[in-house]
Amino acid sequence: MNLSVQIGKLKLQNPVMVASGTFGYGVEYAQLLDLNQLGAVVVKGIRLHPVRGNPTPRTTEVASGMLNAIGLQGPGVDGFIKKYWPFLKKLKVPTIINIWGTTIDEYAEVARRFDALGGVGALELNVSCPNIKEGGSQFGTDVKLLAQVVMACRKATKLPLITKMSPNVVSIAPYARAAEEAGSDALAVTNSYPAMAIDIETRKPKLANVTGGLTGPCIKPIAIKLVWEAAKAVKIPVIGMGGIQNAADAIEFMMAGATAVAVGTANFYEPQTTLQVIAGIREFAQKHGIKDVREITGSIQVGK
Amino acid sequence: MLEQTVQIVSNERATDSYFRLVLRAPRIAPLIQPGQFAHIRVLPMKDSLLRRPFSIFQVSGDTFSILYKTVGKGTEVLARMQAGEELSVIAPLGHGFTVPKRGGETPLLVAGGYGMAAMYLLAQRSPQKGIAFVGGRRRVDILCEKEFHALGWDVRVTTEDGSHGEKGLVTKPLQAELKRSTARRKLFACGPTGMLKVVGQIAGEFKVPAELSMDEHMCCGVGVCLTCVIPVKTGERWEYQRTCTEGPVFDSRQVEWEVAG
Repeated sequence: MNLSVQIGKLKLQNPVMVASGTFGYGVEYAQLLDLNQLGAVVVKGIRLHPVRGNPTPRTTEVASGMLNAIGLQGPGVDGFIKKYWPFLKKLKVPTIINIWGTTIDEYAEVARRFDALGGVGALELNVSCPNIKEGGSQFGTDVKLLAQVVMACRKATKLPLITKMSPNVVSIAPYARAAEEAGSDALAVTNSYPAMAIDIETRKPKLANVTGGLTGPCIKPIAIKLVWEAAKAVKIPVIGMGGIQNAADAIEFMMAGATAVAVGTANFYEPQTTLQVIAGIREFAQKHGIKDVREITGSIQVGK
Repeated sequence: MLEQTVQIVSNERATDSYFRLVLRAPRIAPLIQPGQFAHIRVLPMKDSLLRRPFSIFQVSGDTFSILYKTVGKGTEVLARMQAGEELSVIAPLGHGFTVPKRGGETPLLVAGGYGMAAMYLLAQRSPQKGIAFVGGRRRVDILCEKEFHALGWDVRVTTEDGSHGEKGLVTKPLQAELKRSTARRKLFACGPTGMLKVVGQIAGEFKVPAELSMDEHMCCGVGVCLTCVIPVKTGERWEYQRTCTEGPVFDSRQVEWEVAG
């Protein structure tokens, strides 16, 4: 049975990857699971320079999910290459690097740096982080800026480009089409939803940043709809994510139109989730006589 | 670090406010170092998904134990679980205490509330006995006094309401002890952030080294989510470092207290 899928020119041995920001730089989980079983490793967002991140508390649990406002703490391009790349480049599966900047030039510069590095599987453009003042979702919620960022990165690199879409738009279709037309090879749908929580005893917000991004199983039905809408709007592959805990969740995203999926928040509480999802997809395919996992993508049957 | 589904050996009330949970974890138990923690997923909880971190109290053969207080949903559900039921555990985690060497500085342990549980293994594995200063609000907050006595340690108890031991804060007898003698000592502390800050100040004042086990809200426990960070000095500047990975134990001089707490 074929489990492999194609994201632009990048071939994945199976459609299950991890969501940026929930898997560090891969090495942290290497003791708990065999990373070479994954479709791809996706690392936490990196900009040109090191980033200190937001004050604490940075996360809080909510019903069937969590809020986070980490603020993209990270080592910057040079720090990443020095500290984490020697490990990642030895993996047998591709590394997808999530990149961001506060200006279009910075996005392009980071893309150039990783293009020059050699061995990178793909770049994921983070235009949708809700927890930083500049950069992030300001690009993902403005069709023109979105197109400009993608175009600038397209010029800067031949690596496959995945645009990580913001859910915080009235309709995702025009954004999806803008990213496709600007040269994106795939879309990642979706990032976290802007949200907040209050401690009623202290009357203080539970996050130092006041607002954060909602993730986990509680967002899955909303994310499924976004994937369905995005996949209908474009011809490029969509990578679906949002609260995946098991193979059934992943298959649901694929039926909605996702070519591949990413496990996010579940990594935090069950590091083996990705491997369970891969095994479960294989089992489902066998049970239903599916010879190629790509048959599942977009197989939703609307109407009677 | 290992992930294992483990069985509850016992889960009983240890004092009026604390429970003692013993887990059979044959692969994990032998790896545990003093000051490390276990990240536990309470499997019956269906809408609270995240793991809860607990300091490891005692290790015995193929089991280890934790002491916990029911403070929220997770620990309330945990308190109702019984012997034979299963939990998912990732452990041992974190960078723990430096075990004192024979003939080195005399260890002085400073614990606030359940911080005492996190220091038991350190006291047990230290070839050199010292003094354990333990403080709490009331008598019921004082944990493991018997266990430390049994190890042959000198235990000095303080309570804020005077219901047990000396009345006042745990740092008072600590300061008195440091003033009393100039022998080489090293402080090891675990407790609320406010207490750790004062212990750090006292260590600076008396020029004694101190290792502090920092208590921060945690999410993944293995270094990826960057929830549990504290400000740590790096030359002239500071950066956020992870309590779950670089910590929970930090040298008191590393912590940037102007930002922390």
